[in-house]
Amino acid sequence: MKEQMILKSRIEKGDFNRGGENSSKLKELLRKLGVTADINRRVTIVTYELEMNIIIHSDGGGINVYVTPDAVKVVAEDSGPGIEDLEKALQPGYSTANDEIRNMGFGAGMGLNNVEYFSDELEIDTGPGKRTRITAVINL
Amino acid sequence: MKLAELIDKLELEIITADSLDREVKGVYIGDLLSNVMAKAEADMIWITIQGHQNVVAVALLTGVTAVIVAEDFQIEEAAIKRAREEGVNLLRSPKTAYQLASELAKLGI
Repeated sequence: MKEQMILKSRIEKGDFNRGGENSSKLKELLRKLGVTADINRRVTIVTYELEMNIIIHSDGGGINVYVTPDAVKVVAEDSGPGIEDLEKALQPGYSTANDEIRNMGFGAGMGLNNVEYFSDELEIDTGPGKRTRITAVINL
Repeated sequence: MKLAELIDKLELEIITADSLDREVKGVYIGDLLSNVMAKAEADMIWITIQGHQNVVAVALLTGVTAVIVAEDFQIEEAAIKRAREEGVNLLRSPKTAYQLASELAKLGI
């Protein structure tokens, strides 16, 4: 079945002030589409983490969200610099965030773990010096 | 218990108030936002010492009834402005998270 794009956004590097804006917008959209509170919560958590990752770690990027009759698909893509060691990045507690960011309550090394935990399917395409593309699917 | 009653009992400072008639069901304490996102649920009280704008975003996303900033930590002006715009109940107390949690537990929350 054809998928429909419901959110298309551009996210700037370091734009903490707008962190969570897209996830909030998406939460409201999904609520209006009649998605259950539980599924909505999972999609919101996944989108928030991916959004913050772009703000904290990337050179900028964006998030597009698609719906099909069976699932919500969140696609986060940035223009680099790529995840140096994906295996480490997926370990709970591992983070490359600096102290300033950690003091704000980010960089606890739980972001990607949350994405993994709350998604039904997860695909991460990255590497040193590459762009990162993360596709998370949450089944309806 | 309604938020208004809880504010009264715990003598909380109201920074922004939007919907004081909301019910409070449970508490989550945390300063690491990813953990809060994963564990805090709608209608809970979230106790933290973070006072920046992203706290408002997380409060909205989790749907908590209110945020209590413990130990009178500073709350950024931009966060207050955003909480007001987005309708987030933002409260503050000189008490520690533990003291607040103990009092909330005594109230049956």
